[in-house]
Amino acid sequence: MKYFKYSAGPLISIILSLIIGAIFIILIGQDPAEVYVKMFTDTLGNSYGIGQVLFKATPLILTGLSVAFAFRAGLFNIGAEGQMTVGAFASAWAGFTFTSMPWIVLIPLCIISGFLAGAFWAAIAGYLKARFGSHEVINTIMLNFIAMALVSYLVNNIYLVPATIHTPEISPNAVLLRFDVITGMFKGSPFNLSFVIAAAVCIIIYYVIRKTPFGYRINTLGYNINAAEYAGMNVKRLTVYAMAIAGGLAGLAGLNFVNGYKHYFELGFSENAGYVGIAVALIARNNPFAIIIIAVFFGVLEYGGLTVNTLVPKEIVTILQGIIILLIITITKYFDKKFKLAKA
Amino acid sequence: MTNHLAVEMKGITKTFGDLRANDSVDIKITKGTIHAIIGENGAGKSTLMNILYGMYHPDSGTIYINGNEAVIHSPADAIKLGIGMVHQHFMLVNTLTVLENIILGDEVTGALNTIDKRRSRQKVKQILNNFDINIGLEEITGTLSIGTQQKIEIIKLLYRNAEILILDEPTAVLTPQETDELFKTLKVLKAEGKTILLITHKLNEVLGISEFITVLRNGKVTGNTETKDTDKDQLAGMILGGSFESIKRKQNSPAEEFILEIIGVSVRSDKGLPAVKDLSFEVHRGEIIGIAGVEGNGQHELIEAICGLRDYSGSFILNGKPADKDLPVAHIPANRHKHGIVMEYNLAENVLLGREGEAEFSTGVSIKEKALRAYTERLIKKYDIRPAEADLLIGGLSGGNQQKVVAAREMSKHTDLIVVSHPTRGLDIKAADFVHSVLLEESAKGKGIILVSSDLGELLKLSDRIAVMFNGKINAMLDSATTNEREIGSYMLGLSGSGGDKG
Repeated sequence: MKYFKYSAGPLISIILSLIIGAIFIILIGQDPAEVYVKMFTDTLGNSYGIGQVLFKATPLILTGLSVAFAFRAGLFNIGAEGQMTVGAFASAWAGFTFTSMPWIVLIPLCIISGFLAGAFWAAIAGYLKARFGSHEVINTIMLNFIAMALVSYLVNNIYLVPATIHTPEISPNAVLLRFDVITGMFKGSPFNLSFVIAAAVCIIIYYVIRKTPFGYRINTLGYNINAAEYAGMNVKRLTVYAMAIAGGLAGLAGLNFVNGYKHYFELGFSENAGYVGIAVALIARNNPFAIIIIAVFFGVLEYGGLTVNTLVPKEIVTILQGIIILLIITITKYFDKKFKLAKA
Repeated sequence: MTNHLAVEMKGITKTFGDLRANDSVDIKITKGTIHAIIGENGAGKSTLMNILYGMYHPDSGTIYINGNEAVIHSPADAIKLGIGMVHQHFMLVNTLTVLENIILGDEVTGALNTIDKRRSRQKVKQILNNFDINIGLEEITGTLSIGTQQKIEIIKLLYRNAEILILDEPTAVLTPQETDELFKTLKVLKAEGKTILLITHKLNEVLGISEFITVLRNGKVTGNTETKDTDKDQLAGMILGGSFESIKRKQNSPAEEFILEIIGVSVRSDKGLPAVKDLSFEVHRGEIIGIAGVEGNGQHELIEAICGLRDYSGSFILNGKPADKDLPVAHIPANRHKHGIVMEYNLAENVLLGREGEAEFSTGVSIKEKALRAYTERLIKKYDIRPAEADLLIGGLSGGNQQKVVAAREMSKHTDLIVVSHPTRGLDIKAADFVHSVLLEESAKGKGIILVSSDLGELLKLSDRIAVMFNGKINAMLDSATTNEREIGSYMLGLSGSGGDKG
């Protein structure tokens, strides 16, 4: 019953938005049943499709987790996009700079570089909030612009491989292997070990939030900042830490593309994963395990949009995504009131 | 036949989830009287009045206003029917003038829909004359005392032609002198034919001013009487549903040695203005120091400085040693919802608040959940917290039980110094008495306690000495054995004593 109460809102809104989406599909003269069936069989009906879905889901897990962690601390991290971008660049940089290192050193180095770059980027926003009280939404949005420009400058002017739009390739020792190489399954899809990292990070974050004194402080900060202060917690320091960890998580989201897929950094790689992560966190109610499920669902939508490209323009899928998010926010509010659920 | 009744509520039932806040309540209010509604916290008084004022809708029952059945969907409906309410927390805009606050939302407008201040002022002045109320209409509301702000709320209702006035715990925040003045005003209003509904816990006041009394307990009416036919003991019986004996006064006397010496401490307010000015006093072992004062005279800032929540100059000496910013101090804050508890947490998690780093509850990496649970269950038992479930969200507890959780947590911190702010505000008699007995017990153990309260009876009952703060200074240090509410009140208002910094 408890799970029903928490999932009723998201489930009903997904169904409703599929119905509304069907109206759009009819309006452009296609058969919604055909479109939906194709969308779901091509994504979840074969191992290649599943691989594609999980590949799309991987960065969303991490950006969703980033936004969710900040939410836990009562902070709204709009900056996952920028944090992911600097993180992805840092991972690539480590990968193509320390080429002589063995994989056992280089892969952790890429991971740590991505995390630290994202963490540093978000910590700036956290520090500005803690020190001067400037709102983190504004801070992170502005830092997104700066991140894009900065990384674009680095790629175009310093690390560009001539006649391309990307950096040099990373060392083979920095590559996170594809599952089709390892297992032979998911043939042809770029689904790679980054997913395992993302899932492991979910477990770690769940543990931190639920079991550790630090996580308890983060939750307290988010629920009641005044009580946190009265209980003797260093609210300013916690704010910076919370943002830094959130940023670090978003920083890891670049691994999927850089170390797992293309093996270089390229501008425009993100496909807005930083922003979609906000929706993922919101719908998953900041629960790390629910984030995996919701990220996979968004993976279905994203890859599914590509599979039905011949039938409907991919804007229809974007419209569907937007409708789902709007409906979930409103319907979930309704159910929260009806079931008197605590704020997630 | 019924039109001598201003209000009649019949069979009013209102449930919140499993809780029956009002259970077929019948009440009749005679026009032109002062009618008190009394009962413990959670007895359903506020729910009933909020139904009358249109904030809640009853599950069943009917309301008659002046003999006519009325359907009240919102406060706007209530106002149209001539019903007005003064809430415990005032709904005033601090930066506007008194006149602007009074006319806000119901302005007299002139050409081009602009506010006609001249005519508005005339209308308000007329009301002030009719009801013999003195107030400066051009003063900035935020600078006025609580008592004056309450007057503004009452004038707001009169300006909107309210015939039936509901006052929710109006004296909770007033000094004795301000209370006298409020009651004077209420009597004038009554003489002019207004009907007044008074929600309160304070039996002395009820007996002093009301003509009729309705007692609620657990959502039901347990008493309906004319004031002249009853007395305090009988009312207490109806409120509590049995006999009740209050605990005794403080027994132990303070020792010679100091727990805390406060030397020349100055603190600034949020606005950066001096709030506490070069203040000094000592707290002895086993002593309870009461701090009285009209709100906003530096008590809040002093407490926050002692608890390390605010910068200060001067020094604190704890047990003979100069203390740095983090004094080990247990603190029961005035606003428990804002500062003392986290509503989204269960009891155990609230017990953990501020103690999550202690070895008793943490391995350094993870929280010792079993130890925390066992500890919480011990506190639940010791402090008789109900419902006795460590996993229950604290939001599901009554105010009194929430306060017990805060008290339990803070008292179990093993500090020598306890700072307590308005510990029984909003609590019913039983819960308040329990909190008092806890404080007396801790004092008997030799702890030093600083008690800030606006309830002078509480201060007199618990304290050894009472420091009256006025304008950021201690205007008088009184021995509670020899002083009384009236004397304290006059120091609070700066009528006696040095008066702090004049001007």
